[in-house]
Formats: sequence, C-alpha cells, structure tokens
Amino acid sequence: WKEEDGVGVLGRELYLKSLGIHNGKRRVRGLSSSSSPRVCIVGGGPAGFYTAQQLLKARQNAAVDIYERLPVPFGLVRFGVAPDHPEVKNVINTFTQTAQHERCSFHGNVNVGKDVTIDELRQAYHAVVLSYGAEGNRSMGIPGEDLPGVFSAKDFVGWYNGLPSNKELHPDLSFETAVILGQGNVALDVARILLAPVEMLKETDITQNALEALAGSKVRRVLIVGRRGPLQIACTIKELREMVNLPNTRADMLPADFEGIAEALKDLPRPRKRLTELMMKAVKEGGDDKAEKCCGFRFFRSPVEVLAGADGKRATGIRLALNKLEGSGESARAEVTGQLEDVDCGLIISSIGYKSIPIDPAVPFDPRRAIVPNEMGRVQDTAGLYCSGWVKRGPTGVIATTMNDSFDTAHVLIQDMEAGKLDLSVNKPGAQAITALLQTRGVRTVLFSQWEKINAEEEKRGKSQGKAREKLLDVDEMLKIAWS
Amino acid sequence: MSACALRVFVQRAAVMRKAAHQTFSQTRAFPQCVTGSYTHSRGINTLTNSLRAEEKVTVHFLNRDGKRITVKALTGESLLDVVVNNDLDIDGFGACEGTLACSTCHLIFEEGVYKKLGAVSDEEMDMLDLAYGLTDTSRLGCQVCLRKDLDGMILRVPDVISDARVDSEKESSTAPPKV
Repeated sequence: WKEEDGVGVLGRELYLKSLGIHNGKRRVRGLSSSSSPRVCIVGGGPAGFYTAQQLLKARQNAAVDIYERLPVPFGLVRFGVAPDHPEVKNVINTFTQTAQHERCSFHGNVNVGKDVTIDELRQAYHAVVLSYGAEGNRSMGIPGEDLPGVFSAKDFVGWYNGLPSNKELHPDLSFETAVILGQGNVALDVARILLAPVEMLKETDITQNALEALAGSKVRRVLIVGRRGPLQIACTIKELREMVNLPNTRADMLPADFEGIAEALKDLPRPRKRLTELMMKAVKEGGDDKAEKCCGFRFFRSPVEVLAGADGKRATGIRLALNKLEGSGESARAEVTGQLEDVDCGLIISSIGYKSIPIDPAVPFDPRRAIVPNEMGRVQDTAGLYCSGWVKRGPTGVIATTMNDSFDTAHVLIQDMEAGKLDLSVNKPGAQAITALLQTRGVRTVLFSQWEKINAEEEKRGKSQGKAREKLLDVDEMLKIAWS
Repeated sequence: MSACALRVFVQRAAVMRKAAHQTFSQTRAFPQCVTGSYTHSRGINTLTNSLRAEEKVTVHFLNRDGKRITVKALTGESLLDVVVNNDLDIDGFGACEGTLACSTCHLIFEEGVYKKLGAVSDEEMDMLDLAYGLTDTSRLGCQVCLRKDLDGMILRVPDVISDARVDSEKESSTAPPKV
C-alpha cells in the first residue's frame, strides 16, 4: 500500500489495526517478542510530561506517547503562568528533553473523547494515563454572573496568555474599579497584570492585543475579595510581596479586618507567619499617597449578586455579604451575618477555582469533587487506566506539586507492570494504530518537531517587537505553520 | 552535548534570559557564584579543574532512598550546579533552574554548617516557605555556594509529598493551598 494523505479504506484500517503494522514508512515497533510496555498519556501539560519523564526513566524499554488537544504543548505552563514570571516557565526545557527522548512521542491536535475514545486508546496501549487537567471553572452561582463585564479568572488569564479559545474575550477595561473574587495566586496574578506598568509587561510573552488593551486601560483600583480572614488567605508570600512592591500602586488593607491578628501571630508556623506579617506591614504603612493606583484586599466578604445598571445591560457593581468566622485556622468557616455591602465596579473577575470535566463516558467521574475517582492514581474499577495532576487531585498546587504527584502515579504504574497487573505479553501497536485511525477520521497530528516550527515562528515574531515571543492565537494558523 | 552539560547550558541560558528580563518588580538575588560563573563554558571548567585541584570540596548527599552520594565539586559552584554537573539521581531537583521560582532544590544542612552559611534573602525565604518538610536548617541549594570551609558537609535531601494540602494539614492548620 502506498502512503496516502487522504482517508484510508475502512477494510485496510481494520487490517492494520489487527496486526499493528504500518507499511514501510515507520519503524515497526509492535511486533517485538518481549514486553515493551507502551503507555499513552492524555494531556500535554506538566502532569503529562512529568509522568512521561518518570516512566521513561524507570522502565528502560517503555515507550510513551503524549496526546494533546491543542497543536501546542505545555498546558498551563504556557497558558496559565503569568507573563512576568518567565522563570517559572523554565520547566519547558525539561519537558522538551522528554518530548525529544527516543522512546517518547508527542501528538498534538488530537481531541481525546471526540477524535478518539479512551477505549480505543486502551486497546492500542498497555496503560493509559489521564493528565488532562481542569479546563472548566467553578461558578459563583449568583444572579448576574452572566452579565457583560463578568469573567472567570481562567478566561481572563487565557486572554492575556494567548489561549486560542479566549482570543475574542475583549474585556472592557474602561472602568476605574475592578473586583476580583478569590485571593489565591491566580487572583493576585490577575490583579498584578491589571495594575502593572506597561513597561513591565512589554518585553514579556503577553499577547499584543492584551498589551494594547492594558496600555489603554482606565482601571486604577483593584479589590481582591475573600470569604474568610487574613489568616486564611490562599495566595503565597512571593505574589503578595510583588503586589506590595508594585510601582505606582498602593496596597490598601482595612485595619478592621485585622483585629486580633497580631495576637495570633506567635502561634503560626513560619510560612503563614511571614505572610501575615507582610500584610500587617501593609496595613500599618498605608502606602504611598502619591501612587495613582491601588490594590485593596477585602476580607470576610462573599459575592451574592452582580448588579446591573439602569438598562440592565452590563455589570456596574457587585453586592457582597459580610461574614464572620467560625473556628480558626485552615478549617475556619465563613458564616453569614446578614449585612450587605455594594461596590461600584465595571470589571468583575471570579477567581474561585478551576474545575475538571469528564471527557469520555467510559471513564468514571466524580461530579461533586470534579475529579476522576482514583486510589493513588489508579482509576477506580478500571484496570490499566491511571491519572495524574489536577484531574486526579483537584485544581490546587504549584507546578512542583503536580510534578511530585505525577512521579507518584508513574511509580504506581511501574509497580503494576512489575506485579503483572498489566498484561505486557500482549503486543500493543501504540501510536501507529492511533495515528492511522485518526487519519481515517480526517485528523492529522502535530509532532513535536512541528511544534518547534510554531515555536520558532513565535520567537521570530516576538523578536521584531522586542518581546520574548508573540504567541499565535489561531489554531488554524498554528496548524498551517506546523505542517508547512 | 551530554545530558548534564545540556542541563548546565540551559540553566545558564535561563539565568541569562532572566537577567535580560529584569523588570521593576524584583531583582533576583542570585548568589555571586551563579552570576559570576555563567560566562564559563563547561569545557573551560574542565580544563581549570585540574589546574585548581586544591579548590575541590567534598560534599555528601543523603538521598531520599537513604543512599549516600559523595561528590567532589569546585568552590564557587552552587549546590544546584553540583547536582546538575554530576548528574545526581535526585528526582525533580532544580525545576526552575536556579531562578528562585520553586522549592525543589530544598536541602537540609547540619546545624553547625547552616550557621556558617550566612543570611537568607527574603526572596529565598519566600520560596523556602513552600517547601515540604521545612526545618530550621533548610536552604535552597541554588542559593548556596561551595566554600573551602564547607568541605565534608552532609546534606539531606528531604522527602517530598505530592499533595500540598496534606502537607499543610500535617504541619500546620493554617498553611495555604496554593496555585
């Protein structure tokens, strides 16, 4: 048979699948006599890459294939980490080494669940690892949430980081006050990007349209609102320090929110103590009166309604309920007091958490916790199926957290191989079969070397603007360059 | 290029990239040894190795599996350099390549040695605060440079845990979950 670009004949496809042969053009891997384990990883972000890395290291004959929906790899490292935190993205170097490993291959532009099913993957591989993260977001569940002017932090971050599905977001930045619900590191990132001097951003990989929008932004005051108190704030000290040190921006805390905090300091472990001390310093020092911008933290407040103007057409404010705290420490709970407070604002960003979604009905999913139910990474009741990263544990933690978690899943998988829980005596065809199958469905994959063409183009475009890169925003354009 | 030379190369490149991207928000306090040595290629280091044999320092790493790894390294190298240059098998060490953007190069020192190391910058402390199993003699390896008087020191590689929440529940009731 000749290699063709177009759709294969159904009969040929079935024959190929049954034998695991692909004629001529590629190395035949599936017919070796001993058990070379083939593992499939769904998701090309940090969880996928770190799981792959550990599998390749721990098993010298394992072959690992990473499938990713977008043409470009790296997930939230590319689309989540703030543009002014380029050093956090250094992990891309180790991911690149993994992708270029002779026993690893990357396949972009494959939508698992739509272009190929989990069952089909399980037939072609000895084991499948779900590492597809959390692409949804928790909603506030309040009236007015869908009004223009209200965004999830996931979409706002996706917008300034060039996620193709957020390129048409066009947030209106012509209002003086923005309110962010949530006080984690994502909320702090959003606040910092909204308030940072443009000089700080213009050499980063922030998208050009976001940079231009921010250059023309009228936002001068950002409130970061949390349900509970200063001792429960979820951000880390590095991000808080960046906010306090932001040029031309005053940190604005309410002394009333800090009643009783000084007394609690001595019993706190060092990390929480230093974080709290930094906030208290900001309360005490007040901040530079000459600063034109202001970042205010507000505690003990929960959103109850987004308020619309007289014409009801867009958000013009937010109604907050005042809380009191029951209990203390991490397990303290916010209880309603009945008091309300309205804040005028034109931009509302809800940063209360990402959320995983089910991608294939064949995979168990826990809708309450929004994760794939598992025991140490082994998917419940499903032999040969594993998970790592946020889809396994929930959407919290830094890259290193996901790294350790992914190493754990890899170890569990290796253990299962060595204990004979996965039948390695059966040959599995791996990527050859899946690529052939995808071809019959009109889906062509993007290989890592083809991503590198996209990468080179982005760096080239960025260079002409004095930026680290100019990300391509359009999937079709990415594919055109990848396959050129 | 061998794997560890490549890693040294990209680490240096990362340092240089970061230096090129200095912004208002923070000046990273790189230890003198890192900023001083990034112009050396590995080849030059290998040559001067033999010329400067007296500046070698012995360091022992007590790995997570309980095994001790002993290496000889040069004064001036950071402990991250030592791990990378000697291709030591420590899982996930130095993820951010020495730019104070993670805590994966966390090492625990003997008390007497720790006291000799000097003051810790706020930036290092901020990242160290996120490390699992933080002790009073913990430092980030990328910020500690070898000196002759550290010869023979024993460094413990701390265990890691995957769930930051479990970490915080165990160590304190008020440590934050982090994204």
